[in-house]
Amino acid sequence: MSATTLRDLASTIRSKNAGVDHITFDIIFRERANFERVRDAKVLTRDTVAALFRIEPARITDFVVFEPANAIKFTIRRLRPSGGPGEHDVFGSQQYPPLFDVRVP
Amino acid sequence: MAAIKILCPTGHLGFTPLEPASFRAGCALKPDFIIADSGSCDIGPYPLGADGQASPPAWQRHDLEVMLVEARKLGVPMIIGSASDTGTDRGVDQFVALIREIAAAHRMAPFKLAAIYSEIAVSDLRSRAARGTRIEGLDGRPDADDDVLSRTSRAVAVMGAEPIQAALRAGADVVIAGRSSDCAIFAAPLMNAGSSPATAYYAGKLMECASFCCEPFMGKESILGRIEGDDVFVTAMHPGQRCTPASLASHAMYERSSPDREYVAGGYVDMTECRYEQVDPKTTRATGARFVKSPVCMVKLEGAGKVGERRLSVVGVRDPYTIANIDRAIVWAKDRLGERFGPIGGAYQVYYHLYGRNAVMEGLDPNPEMAPHELGIVVEVVCADGKRAEEICALAARNLFYARLPDVKGTAGTAALMSDEVLIGKAGYEWTLNHIIAAANPEELFRTRFHDVAPAGAKETV
Repeated sequence: MSATTLRDLASTIRSKNAGVDHITFDIIFRERANFERVRDAKVLTRDTVAALFRIEPARITDFVVFEPANAIKFTIRRLRPSGGPGEHDVFGSQQYPPLFDVRVP
Repeated sequence: MAAIKILCPTGHLGFTPLEPASFRAGCALKPDFIIADSGSCDIGPYPLGADGQASPPAWQRHDLEVMLVEARKLGVPMIIGSASDTGTDRGVDQFVALIREIAAAHRMAPFKLAAIYSEIAVSDLRSRAARGTRIEGLDGRPDADDDVLSRTSRAVAVMGAEPIQAALRAGADVVIAGRSSDCAIFAAPLMNAGSSPATAYYAGKLMECASFCCEPFMGKESILGRIEGDDVFVTAMHPGQRCTPASLASHAMYERSSPDREYVAGGYVDMTECRYEQVDPKTTRATGARFVKSPVCMVKLEGAGKVGERRLSVVGVRDPYTIANIDRAIVWAKDRLGERFGPIGGAYQVYYHLYGRNAVMEGLDPNPEMAPHELGIVVEVVCADGKRAEEICALAARNLFYARLPDVKGTAGTAALMSDEVLIGKAGYEWTLNHIIAAANPEELFRTRFHDVAPAGAKETV
């Protein structure tokens, strides 16, 4: 049997600009139980997310467990502002896929 | 205060056309205000910097027409924020002209229009800075100094609710606002009606993206907000959508670093204690926001500056050996550019976007595909001089065709040129200002002009 991943448990996994200097990530669960399972397993924390994206933890400017929405949310500072020369995702909307395969015990 | 109903048909007027059916369903419920924002920073720095627009005028006209016709039929105010994507003076003037055209085409009875301008001259910012006013960086940016200002082509200040409140109090039937906080255009009429800033801005935050706060996912459908005391009731107008506690709460955290705070000129909304409750199948009630007033009125600034002319070229690679060694090929190509044009990053910039490997995520990609079946490469060059950019881009692309790799077997060309041409891109711009500045009061940086719009031709009253 394959391991359970975030892809199996979350109803929404998305990324989007939060202003011009940040990209914010939302992982939202329809089922409260799934949210609590992921929250309590500590598979999503500042450190695990930094390791997943291979960035310095300092680039994660916010990390919030948002109970009213059954959601976990974190924000990464961009290295360059959105839409400038050399940039490649002006809306920040395709940065989430590595989260799919995060394993949840 | 009596309950106030607000209808919002779109989260970005004109970006794609709004859906009239759910909008008209909302109009049948007799809203007190029709409100939509037309702006976003998501479109990148080009439209602000170059004072262009991201949306086709035909779609902007479509949305304004659908809204204005119903607003005038109902006899209720219509408020549009961040006119024409960026909220520059051009954007405001363009929307005012469209409103006049639509009014004339429909032979509407005369009405009063307020145009609120929010562009701020870079020279004005410079003289404020020279007088000692701090232009404070947001999101980890340093404060703006003379260098940042000299790289800024155009800037707007972002208004809160106050200038719009004043325009409504003066009797405006239609408000066309320059750059404004999304939530402020909703908060203005609510605060005029006696709402607390907490509830007013919170209602705006929940409603500003229209049907994005409902489920299943649909854009450009209308939602109706009913604000009664400190309760905000949001209802989906599309027959296939519902507004649920989950959809509304998850929208409250959309596009923001922290789900708990929404900053506006004059303070922030604290959403830590907000609660959401389903009251009927299509409606959720939200409540519990607090407003924390800031001791000084701080107004946000957005600014963009031109970096240079931009040229693009598209190159494909299919040879697995070249794909495996693409980094070496690019180093070789860049070295040749450096020899001919001087150091990269000096007078020009070159980027190789490797689609098929990690063009989309670049440094954030934990697993770049090292052996894709084929590789699509977009070569991007930015340089002050367009002719020069074109020459550099041509060589940057052709150097991949001639890449010198030791064991290459395809000695007739190491890349496929989609066509041997250099495409003219929009000029490259960068966000130079994401800052805040202290203002004497929330209206100081904004200018309002009133027009009487009459089918026979409008008369200005200033």
